[in-house]
Amino acid sequence: MSDPSRLEARSVSLAYDGTTIVPELSVAVPPGSFTVIIGPNACGKSTLLRGLSRLLAPAAGSVVLDGRDISSYPAKEVARRLGLLPQSALAPDGITVADLVGRGRYPHTSLLRQWSSADEIAVHEALDATGTAELSARPVDALSGGQRQRVWVAMVLAQQTDLLLLDEPTTYLDVAHQVELMELFAELNARGRTVVAVLHDLNHAARYASHIIAMRDGRIVAEGAPRDVITSERVEAVYGLPNVVIDDPVTGGPLVVPLRGGAFAERAAAAATGLEA
Amino acid sequence: MTAVDVGYRRVMLGALPVRTRSIVAGAAVLAGVVVLSVLSLGWGTYPVAPDAVIRTLLGAGDALDTTVVVGWRLPRVLAAVTLGALLAIAGALFQTVTRNPLASPDILGLSNGAFTGMLLTLVLVSTSWPARAVGALIGCLVASVLIWFLSYRGGVQGFRLIVVGIGVSAMLASLNTWMLLRIELETAMFASAWGHGTLNGVTGEALGGVLLCAAPFAVAAFALVPALRQLELGDDMAAASGVRPHLVRTLALLTGVVLVAAATAVAGPIAFVALAAPQIARRLARTPSLSLTLSALVGALLLLGSDAIAQHVLPVTLPVGVVTVSVGGAYLIVMIVTEIRRRV
Repeated sequence: MSDPSRLEARSVSLAYDGTTIVPELSVAVPPGSFTVIIGPNACGKSTLLRGLSRLLAPAAGSVVLDGRDISSYPAKEVARRLGLLPQSALAPDGITVADLVGRGRYPHTSLLRQWSSADEIAVHEALDATGTAELSARPVDALSGGQRQRVWVAMVLAQQTDLLLLDEPTTYLDVAHQVELMELFAELNARGRTVVAVLHDLNHAARYASHIIAMRDGRIVAEGAPRDVITSERVEAVYGLPNVVIDDPVTGGPLVVPLRGGAFAERAAAAATGLEA
Repeated sequence: MTAVDVGYRRVMLGALPVRTRSIVAGAAVLAGVVVLSVLSLGWGTYPVAPDAVIRTLLGAGDALDTTVVVGWRLPRVLAAVTLGALLAIAGALFQTVTRNPLASPDILGLSNGAFTGMLLTLVLVSTSWPARAVGALIGCLVASVLIWFLSYRGGVQGFRLIVVGIGVSAMLASLNTWMLLRIELETAMFASAWGHGTLNGVTGEALGGVLLCAAPFAVAAFALVPALRQLELGDDMAAASGVRPHLVRTLALLTGVVLVAAATAVAGPIAFVALAAPQIARRLARTPSLSLTLSALVGALLLLGSDAIAQHVLPVTLPVGVVTVSVGGAYLIVMIVTEIRRRV
């Protein structure tokens, strides 16, 4: 892992309307990694992702993409290096899958060069990689939630970036579709893309990530391999959730099992007083 | 890799993927514009048969036909086609940026604002077309800035923009009427002809001059289309694919303002073409997103058809704006009713 990171934040402060969400944070995405950012609601993990992808300009510090300040690139140049799937993507009424995935080619087009066979090929590859090729003629609004999410991933893949940022890509999906998408991301990572995802499910993070960043209150609490980051004490410290961590019977990695009943109430109270102190 | 089949048939037209249906619809509307133009050039108290019109246009007509068709009627027909197209493009830009089919420049009061600017110029400066055009542009810009600030609450939201726009539009309309009543009779008669939007007395010189100024902005509108299509995916997705949402929106609205001002400078505030044409185009092509070309063609056909009705079908000759208001009003009712049905 001696390669330099392609994407890093250097003392970045991120704020909305003057309210600082993430103060002075430095982090580097390991090249080739499947990095997962975890943390409780409102810990600033999505904000960090927005900062890393230039959707949110930092109030202080800088985000460095391939050795240069990300704000110094033309907008399309950033989009050719870094793809982002935000939570708020909207599909226009009646748009077909192929049409939507084709929109991912925008950063590769210009006024003089509108649509080429390279674009056609990129769209095909994105449809194939996400298993949505047979849906290509269907309107997006007629698809199931899982299919729709795979189509959005295909659109970002059509951008042909080797950095892929995903903001809670599995939220609102049932467990089977969640696993299906996680497998897809793992496969994309195995084929050479660096993937950064914000996730809520700790066990998905533990199973699929090669690198985990745990955040709380806008700061990084821990960072490293799943085995090192996902410990019972740390999960309790980050989420205030009493738990035990056992070995995943399938992968042998860490598996978080929340406690319940008396033990939960007792330890939750202890955790709360611990946090206040 | 197998044969290129992205699910629907792409027709490569100037290297742009365009759906077959859009092309068919575009060709049909274009044919309608051409046929109606030829018929309009022949209609009138001195009728000219369609074949004679075509011969005259090709330079092989007799002297009288040439005077009537090219000298008298052609500027008007060209005005209907080009101004209809400009208004439709402006409407499509506004509706796409605001994501609201009601947010067209005529509903928001930009046409009335342009007319206010034009009236002030007529009274205070001069009646020449360049002065009128500049006045219309300033009026249109001032109206749009006014509407923007009145509806701004940490960002402009579509519904508030429309309500404020309708209010400003009504105020400007009454201001226009008041000015027409107060100014000198001669200027008032000259000006009131434009009050509802009319193609009577359009001269080739004024039309040509204004179109020349508006042409770069019409081109700019087409250049903005790919970025506007990305904006349909939401600001974040658009930004992530390399669009600067605020910049694109500002440029699109400014372009729309200039196009409306241009159309108003020539023909006064023509209502409903900007509102209806992009929506009709969308329904014709069944595309999920805007098509400026088809909108422009539909706008041309709408204004040309309305002008033909205004001149020849009704027993009295009316300003074309009166016809577009009636046609547009009917369209608006249909649109609102279908919208309510869909929601209920």
